[in-house]
Amino acid sequence: MSRMSKAYIAGIYEHPTRKAVDKTIPQLHAEVAIGALKDAGLTKDDVDGYFCDGDAPGLGGMSMAEYMGLNITYTDTTETGGSSYVVHVGHAVEAIAAGKCNVALITLAGRPRAEGLTTLGARDRGGELPERGFEIPYAPVITNMYGMAAMRHMYEYGTTSEQLAWIKVAASHHAQHNEHAMLRDVVTVEDVVNSPMISDPLHRLDCCVISDGGGALIVVSPEIAKSLGDRCVKVLGHGEAVKHLNGGNFDLTYTGAAKSGPIAFAEANVKPADIDYASIYDSFTITVLETIEDLGFCEKGQGGKFVSDGNLISGVGKLPFNTDGGGLCNNHPSNRGGMTKVIEAVRQLRGEAHPRVQVPDCTLALAHGTGGQISTRTGAGTVILGRNDA
Amino acid sequence: MSQQERVYKDPDINMETERYWEGAKNGKLLMKKCNSCGKTHFYPRAICPVCSSSDTEWYEASGKGKIYSYSIMRRSEIPYVMAYVTLDEGITMMSNIVESDFDDVKIGKAVEVTFRKTEGNQSLPVFRLCK
Ligand SMILES: [Zn+2]
Repeated sequence: MSRMSKAYIAGIYEHPTRKAVDKTIPQLHAEVAIGALKDAGLTKDDVDGYFCDGDAPGLGGMSMAEYMGLNITYTDTTETGGSSYVVHVGHAVEAIAAGKCNVALITLAGRPRAEGLTTLGARDRGGELPERGFEIPYAPVITNMYGMAAMRHMYEYGTTSEQLAWIKVAASHHAQHNEHAMLRDVVTVEDVVNSPMISDPLHRLDCCVISDGGGALIVVSPEIAKSLGDRCVKVLGHGEAVKHLNGGNFDLTYTGAAKSGPIAFAEANVKPADIDYASIYDSFTITVLETIEDLGFCEKGQGGKFVSDGNLISGVGKLPFNTDGGGLCNNHPSNRGGMTKVIEAVRQLRGEAHPRVQVPDCTLALAHGTGGQISTRTGAGTVILGRNDA
Repeated sequence: MSQQERVYKDPDINMETERYWEGAKNGKLLMKKCNSCGKTHFYPRAICPVCSSSDTEWYEASGKGKIYSYSIMRRSEIPYVMAYVTLDEGITMMSNIVESDFDDVKIGKAVEVTFRKTEGNQSLPVFRLCK
């Protein structure tokens, strides 16, 4: 079988740094771009489209394009937090299909660790944010916002801390094989539930790491992909959504994936059961659990049972996930995990994941990004990817 | 153990929301209702997010509701309870639960509004468990 693909991912690169004390953010953008172009077998002069998030230095993509010496005729700086890069893949595919560009470069870089950022402190983005007066005085931070989602999920569906812990356990089983991972020790369910409580019901080991670094992707037209060989990966479907508080009428137990997932599956004409490997955004364990339900890998409310007993561990369970160790153990560059989600899915489809976690005959993969705050004000991006012969 | 409370930051106040904060200073929780579709929305806006009508009107809410969800921020220097409270009027708003033992805070429990001074002497609606 050979499925139609409007564009291909030809190059990937994950920066190996986890703490970039001696590099600037523009330098990191350039390093990941060079890495991904080399991986694709292209040069910067081949790039005619550039994509970055709204957090990149400068106004939109202009300063970074100048720094890197890009000569571009198409740009997109869609900002949906950590899901931006998954959304960018979809937008790059559409731009290529419309003939607006042929080689799209997507970059992410940041250095929150070197800058001393912690997860504490109110998330104050300033300016004219309409919701600001009604939130900042109450001291919302990323951990208690995700904590409230977890608490409500537990209340409605009986989800337990032990079930959430299985998600971290699976990530740690994968991270032990990744030499760049920040946390390489295999942990148990007991280790997770006995780690210090950060914001009920989330423990320290329910939370992702904070890291510097970044990554890049190269998306190309089918013609260029043909010239680059069979390491190119098909982009079969893409969906995105924004979910918000809806005027004070909302449900914390689901995420934007409930909308972006079905759109992506329909475009790719595949079902959740067809997916061999999934990269699922993992800022916290609850992020993974709600997303797995929303994407249809199990019924709503059954995520706790689904993730238990190693079901997410490669070689053990039915849905191998985040085989690089994910944000929970490996890397969460610039507090934005969508880029590395796409990168590990491409590695799996090329057969280039670590041999101990490589999914045999991996043909179809999914990558999902979650941005902002889960189930309150959040961006979602889903892509379905296929091996070159899928 | 009753809670030690942190200093509350000032809210941002603008021309769309100043009535809400004036109401708080007078011990009232004000909401915005739409005269076109009849729905209450939160946070209060000049334009109804349900039907886009600009015929919206302030009214005093009951100040009663139930905890929709919560999380106890234990890692903070002065721990506090972050919560979403569903008011009897049907909307759900972010707030803090005060004057309550952390162990007593549960989803579904009845709460009532009370007010706290912020660092700049504004009034901030918060909630406590009903006796
Ligand atoms: Zn209305």
